[in-house]
Amino acid sequence: MIARVMRLGRRGCDLLEALGRAGIFVGQSAVGVPSREGWALWLRQMHFVGVLSLAIVLVSGLFIGMVLSLQGYTILVDFGAEQALGQMVALSLLRELAPVVAALLFAGRAGSALTAEIGLMKATEQLTSMEMIGVDPLRRVVAPRLWAGFVSLPLLTIGFSVVGIYGGYLVGVEWLGVFEGSYWGNMQASVAFIGDVGNGMVKSLVFAVVVTWIAVFQGYDLVPTSEGISRATTRTVVYSSLAVLGLDFVLTAVMFGGLS
Amino acid sequence: MSDTPFVVVEGLHFSRGDTEIFRGVDMRIPRGRITAIMGPSGTGKTTLLKLIGGQLSPDAGRVTIDGEEVHRLSRKALFALRRRMGMLFQSGALFSDLSVFENVAFPLRVHTDLPDAMVRDLVLMKLEAVGLRGARELMPAELSGGMARRVALARAIALDPELILYDEPFVGQDPISMGVLVQLIKRLNQALGLTSIVVSHDIKETLTIADYVYVIADGQVMAHGTPESLDVDQDPRVSQFVHGEPDGPVPFHYPAVDYFKDILSAGGGR
Amino acid sequence: MKRSKMMELGVGLFMLAGILGLVFLGLRVSGLTFQAPGDSFRLEANFANIGGLKPRARVTMAGVTVGRVAAIELDTDWYDARVILELDGDLEGRLSRDTTAAILTAGLLGEQYIGLSVGGDPETLAAGDTIRDTQSAIVLEELIQQFVSNMVSD
Repeated sequence: MIARVMRLGRRGCDLLEALGRAGIFVGQSAVGVPSREGWALWLRQMHFVGVLSLAIVLVSGLFIGMVLSLQGYTILVDFGAEQALGQMVALSLLRELAPVVAALLFAGRAGSALTAEIGLMKATEQLTSMEMIGVDPLRRVVAPRLWAGFVSLPLLTIGFSVVGIYGGYLVGVEWLGVFEGSYWGNMQASVAFIGDVGNGMVKSLVFAVVVTWIAVFQGYDLVPTSEGISRATTRTVVYSSLAVLGLDFVLTAVMFGGLS
Repeated sequence: MSDTPFVVVEGLHFSRGDTEIFRGVDMRIPRGRITAIMGPSGTGKTTLLKLIGGQLSPDAGRVTIDGEEVHRLSRKALFALRRRMGMLFQSGALFSDLSVFENVAFPLRVHTDLPDAMVRDLVLMKLEAVGLRGARELMPAELSGGMARRVALARAIALDPELILYDEPFVGQDPISMGVLVQLIKRLNQALGLTSIVVSHDIKETLTIADYVYVIADGQVMAHGTPESLDVDQDPRVSQFVHGEPDGPVPFHYPAVDYFKDILSAGGGR
Repeated sequence: MKRSKMMELGVGLFMLAGILGLVFLGLRVSGLTFQAPGDSFRLEANFANIGGLKPRARVTMAGVTVGRVAAIELDTDWYDARVILELDGDLEGRLSRDTTAAILTAGLLGEQYIGLSVGGDPETLAAGDTIRDTQSAIVLEELIQQFVSNMVSD
């Protein structure tokens, strides 16, 4: 019994220590003025993290918008309220689905790749040798990746929403025959730019920080063996998914739950 | 001159978790010579290099390089000291996103403001020294293990260091590239007047180039001397290691219960 | 260095697409308009019951959107709802004094909005004036109650 309590206590201390390491880590790497060379490194990571994730995010967004429209139509048509379809599609996408699903896809596509890449650099002693040459790997390797993640995910989320709303339009208006004017009109009447688009962006920014942080830290902190890399990659996806879904509830409660 | 040691290690203690890796290691590494540090695998030879390079801090004892105590230095002074050191990693540790040329140019670009033309000349000189000037446009993934290590050597000497640390330079090399590396290390040492520390357990190759040898085992220096004196050392542990005998004071068998009892205890589980 | 140029171009397009997407979300989806504040004028209208009318709801005339509800507040003199309408500047001085405002519903369960219809008075409303003739929202429960009590009394 006592042994169990002691073990629990030690696990707790380990957790706190890891959290502290992660905090110091992000503090040391994300702060500071980027040099000219830093911009080039950031650009390269923007390509890797952002541009290469664009295809999967846009395709998913299109299908989610289409499904949303189809499901929404079958429900709304029972109440004779199918002209509210645009409003339903836009609000669900902007408030919930776009930030959350884009963040989950981002964790799977870019987050795991970041962990594996940094982990491999650690396993092949590239980080150590950089330090021996006298370059801080936090600045050179970690910082550009962090900032690329922070900027990419909100942009991807915007793309997701736009494509999703268009997908809803395709199914609702072009296929099921909802009147085009009421699709856009109801949407415009009910979507508030700050309240809905803005809050969605805030959500996605929070998710971007959390997912990128988890991915890069897992890569930097892993055990440098092939087994360690595969474990850390899995951990990145699991932890970021849980963090995104949990934080989404908290943020939704604060933004739309009338708690304010 | 060669009697004032370049690197001094005194009373070094270091442990990782609950296992003690070093229990009081003392070494004096002479200037301008090749010093080999040998020992069975798992004795923490790489850890020793990391302690010398200042990447790890000892629990007790100190490391002095050219009169400067490594672990007392500020971060800035440590980075300045590291400019005077080169390190060759076991895996080469080339930056996988840069070409061979950019890898060798990396330390130059970071630490100097030389114009591009001069960087180019210097890089080509270093690559010529390791015989890979023609491979400058290749990416690290396209190199063989031996070539990668030679590129890494070119990068390690890019800033003309005074001290080079070699971490297992001969591991996993075919006989030809092993011979090439042995020659390179020896030639570089003579041509540039470097102080070299070679960590290795490849006895034959190491003994041919080393001027002085330390053998570490069980967290302590077990023996030290010139290669000739170690060859005739009477200590059974030393002679077992130097002559590569399979069994001796360092047992071949992992500790286990008696062989016969183990065989006969069938049915008693594993 | 052709590859890095391509990469820069790709990242540039990516960021441009993101910004354009945000503009699309602003204009097309949330219906923001770049109208200078001077281009509109305000009228007030008191309703006995506004039902589910919300700020930013549409104000229409013959089905054409001519403005939005700017604010809704309780008028403590009369204890009814004062709705402030923000209308297109073109209409200033064109609406007759006996214009009526009604709260209408799009479909059975749809969004509520305000419909204006002009009368024949030669005098016109100026900015800040109040529309007198108003028709409150139809509250479904009240309708049903009326219907049921009529049935009982018959």
